[in-house]
Amino acid sequence: MLSIKNLHASIEGTPILKGINLEVKAGEVHAIMGPNGSGKSTLASVLAGRQEYEVTEGEVTFNGKNLLDFAPEDRAREGVFLAFQYPVEIPGVSSTNFLRTAVNQVREYRGLDALDAVKFLTMMKEKMKLVEIDQKLLSRSLNEGFSGGEKKRNEIFQMAMLNPMLAILDETDSGLDIDALKIVSNGVNQLKTKDNATIMVTHYQRLLDYIVPDFVHVLYNGRIVKSGSKELALELEEKGYDWIKEAANSEVIV
Amino acid sequence: MDLSQKGFQSARTQAREAFASQGLPEVKSEEYKFTAITKKLEQRITNISLAESFEISKETVDAHVFQDFDGDVLVFANGFFQPGVSYSTSDVSVSLLSEKPDTPIGSIAKPEKDPFCAINQASFADGIFIGIPKNMQLEKPVLLLNFTKISSGQVVQPRIWIEAGDFAEATFIELTVNLTPTSNFVNKVVEIKGGASTHLHYYRLQNEGASALAISNIETDVQKDSTFSSVVISLSGEMLRNNLSQNIVGSNSEANMYGLYLLNGKTHVDNHTNVDHTVPYAESNELYKGILADYSRGVFNGKIFVRQDAQKTNAFQQNNNILLSEDAMINTKPQLEIWADDVKCSHGCTTGQLDEEALFYIQSRGIGKLQAKGLLLYAFAGEVLEHIKNESFKSYCTQLVEDRLGAKF
Repeated sequence: MLSIKNLHASIEGTPILKGINLEVKAGEVHAIMGPNGSGKSTLASVLAGRQEYEVTEGEVTFNGKNLLDFAPEDRAREGVFLAFQYPVEIPGVSSTNFLRTAVNQVREYRGLDALDAVKFLTMMKEKMKLVEIDQKLLSRSLNEGFSGGEKKRNEIFQMAMLNPMLAILDETDSGLDIDALKIVSNGVNQLKTKDNATIMVTHYQRLLDYIVPDFVHVLYNGRIVKSGSKELALELEEKGYDWIKEAANSEVIV
Repeated sequence: MDLSQKGFQSARTQAREAFASQGLPEVKSEEYKFTAITKKLEQRITNISLAESFEISKETVDAHVFQDFDGDVLVFANGFFQPGVSYSTSDVSVSLLSEKPDTPIGSIAKPEKDPFCAINQASFADGIFIGIPKNMQLEKPVLLLNFTKISSGQVVQPRIWIEAGDFAEATFIELTVNLTPTSNFVNKVVEIKGGASTHLHYYRLQNEGASALAISNIETDVQKDSTFSSVVISLSGEMLRNNLSQNIVGSNSEANMYGLYLLNGKTHVDNHTNVDHTVPYAESNELYKGILADYSRGVFNGKIFVRQDAQKTNAFQQNNNILLSEDAMINTKPQLEIWADDVKCSHGCTTGQLDEEALFYIQSRGIGKLQAKGLLLYAFAGEVLEHIKNESFKSYCTQLVEDRLGAKF
């Protein structure tokens, strides 16, 4: 589904991604881990289409299409969803209206009929249960006054409504207590199918106890330096990132 | 001496003297520094004369009363009251000013304070006196619908005196329809005398097209235990200057001023506001927001006076602007003069562009860039629209704002 080849990206001239290679197939769950500053969030941002990052080399293919050619809204319509690390508050934009516009724009792009108010509300109520989100929160402005946990749950709720093919969760576990983590993880797990895929960007192993990955990749200094199964995550939990850093630094870089 | 000018001779004389000592605003005048109205007038008006009244048909009136409006409609043609096509079901009393010669015009909006206020007081033809009886709480709003039909070189000078008895409540909505879109100059004065425990709302929509030249002086005295809220929505015009003053003369009262200006093309809108806390224990809230595109110009000057006796005053002022083009410009000046020492006063002004993070977030959910911008701009503007408490007028304005911002959802 997703094929990243030799991806290089910079911000304000500073290279952050220095040759990422990654293949993600339908039905798979990948975890991207790494120490701070390794480029994890940058990878998520570049995939979603943040303008501040400049892709200097490499390609990203999504379902056979060159993803880097698409504007952020079209990536979303094609089926890429980014769950933000820091979801922004947008006062004055009603959550419900915003979501209905988004859902219908995506549906229109895919040749589906727009949902009328009744159908939309029904769908909303169904998906709200997934992440135990309160109707009251949705009648307010987008993310306004939401706690950290509520914001993260709202991201997964939006994901449920938009039904993407590829979900990129950018440090979705950061700032969550164990209860919130369980709710968010449960939501993500329920949305998993054999036709969609998930990439989790995370610093801590804890999330991976709840959303079990098929593959774990370690990102260090802009490159994936090690890949493995979920056991790799446990090893990182035990040993930290130092052994990875030492191994990476001692390699001869051609 | 213009024979259409009815009554109020001493007020007119006083006004003529007031004008003589002020003259038209010069280029460097502090109050009109950013709004070169004199130059505009010199270009447009060669031999100024008062535009006459004209016939308005019921069909024309009905065509311009906005959807779902339910209330009194007072119709004016070039500022002249048209009783034949007006209708009122409430107990509001409407008379010509000339029928009420004891009305102390100029006592609230003083001609010494502004040259255009002086010109109006000296040379207005006739005006209207609207009275809300004591204890009368009007459930339905009163629409002041003014039609203008002006030839080049003419001016329309509406003059309105509104008087509310104690415990009265009313909402006024002011709308002007220009039937000659290429030519327009309106110089209006509205004086509102509140009573004790009165609650008044005054809403205005300015959308008369790209050639509209309009100056208004709207002033009110806010008495004890009363509230007065003003909302002005400015969408188009060549040069609009809105002078709005609220004099707080009674305690335990609240004076609110809200404004939204969406400017494009070469529109120039200048909002000069003034709130004067002369007594203790009163609150004033002010929020003006602007979205400026193309080559438009906005001016905001918000004066707050807190006199020595006005302890425990709460006065808040905020002016926020979004500039959508490099050529748009806003001049904004908060002006607080505080002589009391136990008060809470704050002011803030911001000028910026759209929040890029918010824009990206919305786009990342599949909403196109143009619509995403529209959504954010609408969210920005919406805060002011919330202060319009009359639902039908709020819907009408919301629709116009949504259309302008391309924020349909």
